[in-house]
Amino acid sequence: MQFRKSWIMALALTSVVALSACGNNGGNNAATNNGGNAAATNTQNSSGAELSGSILASGSTALQPLVEQVAEKFMDANAGVDIQVQGGGSGTGLTQVAEKQVDIGNSDVFAEEKLKDADAEKAAALVDHQVAVVAIAAVSNPDAGVDTLTKQQLIDIFTGKITNWSEVGGADQAIQIINRPASSGTRATFESFALGTKTEDLPGSIQEDSSGTVKKIIGETPGAIGYLALSYLDDSVKTLSYDGVEPSVDNVIAGKYPVWAYEHMYTNGEPNETVKAFLDYFLTDEVQTGDVVELGYIPASQMQVSRDVAGTVTAK
Amino acid sequence: MVGRIYMSFCVMLLIVIIVSMVYFVASKGIANFVNGEVKVSEFLFGTKWSPEADTPSYGAFPFISGSFLVTLLAALIASPLSICAALFMTEIVPGWGKKLLQPVIELLSGIPSVVYGFVGLSVIVPFLRNTLPGQGIGVAAGALVLSVMILPTITSVAADALASLPQNLKESSFALGATRWQTISRVILPTTFPAIMTGVVLGMARAFGEALAVQMVIGNAPFVPRSLFESASTLTSVITLGMGNTTMGSPQNNALWSMALVLMLMTFVFVLLVRMLERRNKI
Repeated sequence: MQFRKSWIMALALTSVVALSACGNNGGNNAATNNGGNAAATNTQNSSGAELSGSILASGSTALQPLVEQVAEKFMDANAGVDIQVQGGGSGTGLTQVAEKQVDIGNSDVFAEEKLKDADAEKAAALVDHQVAVVAIAAVSNPDAGVDTLTKQQLIDIFTGKITNWSEVGGADQAIQIINRPASSGTRATFESFALGTKTEDLPGSIQEDSSGTVKKIIGETPGAIGYLALSYLDDSVKTLSYDGVEPSVDNVIAGKYPVWAYEHMYTNGEPNETVKAFLDYFLTDEVQTGDVVELGYIPASQMQVSRDVAGTVTAK
Repeated sequence: MVGRIYMSFCVMLLIVIIVSMVYFVASKGIANFVNGEVKVSEFLFGTKWSPEADTPSYGAFPFISGSFLVTLLAALIASPLSICAALFMTEIVPGWGKKLLQPVIELLSGIPSVVYGFVGLSVIVPFLRNTLPGQGIGVAAGALVLSVMILPTITSVAADALASLPQNLKESSFALGATRWQTISRVILPTTFPAIMTGVVLGMARAFGEALAVQMVIGNAPFVPRSLFESASTLTSVITLGMGNTTMGSPQNNALWSMALVLMLMTFVFVLLVRMLERRNKI
């Protein structure tokens, strides 16, 4: 009898704790979002603008190092602000910011490209803050013997029409494609702006998601071709020019080299004061010519061209 | 009394956690089938995986077959090695053999997956590329890396089984004039076979669920491989590659949850197998 009683008690306790855990969770989320607001309005009166509140950012692992480094500096300057940066991928960042679980969602692609069809409303609510630009270059194994590829040659290689480097003026060596997974932001950028078309995965192609692994495999595998962000390039792989244009920072800024994409930091609606101050800090010269360049990104503020979600490029 | 309540509380919490996890994975995993986005048969047996295409298709057969292929290959490579190691430790040289092998085996089980993956990429892949056809990256590399990873599981379960064998069984065999080899092959191995198989199944369960190390060396092309040296995918590698890049609730994301559901059901099957083997073991 006593045995049964204690079990019933334990069951009751468990469900109470489980329920209250859920409740707490919701409470915390609300606190993160509204707390930041409330704290921000409090300080608005004082002209010294002592910011406070907590910011939670998640998403793109490509953007994560930059956001982490800038967040450190921002927290040093504003003792009252606590910023947490999580990875998880662009899709995760966009989902979480759309559901108000985080204050900032980091993404390698426009929200409209990920949140489609039924989720299109969610994308409309998000406000885009472009903090940096990442350029992507086609790279090959150094022994392939090719310096430059035209757009058509790249298309033929990534759709499997050309399978040997000798067909594009290189060594007599079979081409091995090192791709990104179909959902990757890097692959989306490369396909949209280098190839201009989506490609199907080919049998025997290799897919890796981590840029470090991709570089290692391309450097070691005979005949390998792939694509990497400029910040990852070094002598272990051969950087290929695109239609004769060298993928350099200057060429990207001038709008001559087309394979690049913005790094986005999305907020759900207009950001509160603390989040806005943090996002504005990204666009200061200190960060744009300092941390952004230091970590291998291209300053968004220096770009001489801009691009919209449809891919239309206009001179600034 | 307090201890009892605390313990009951912990057990209840555990049950709640497990049930809610199963519920979560199952509800997400069947979402695509319930809302008619994908047919179950198309998901399980379709060979075309192109979720980003204009008319997307979600055939997961290449991944399901890839998971089974590397798991079976890994078990085939690791089982003889593990059983020999266990016999060595318990029957051949119980003294220094055990002192030498035991820590090494324990060390193997403590190494993180990413290290196995990196070693695979730096050592096994170049070796395969230079000695065999293909690019080194592929099913064979995945199976080799996995086989090292499941060695400790099989070895320790097999060693425990061999050590718990009643001493008089062996002594009777020796008394009848059997040699050590005859005793091992005719008495020890047949009597401990179900217990050793438990180790093999546990090792296979580990291999089936392993993600990171396999993902680094198998190549992840969404196709059923035509040879052991060609790039292929497993369920876990596709989930880890895709989960972060897709948004929650999209058909592609739900398809990944369906794969997680398949993995979970397979784990149940492995647990069931172990249970059946344990029952046979009690003689």
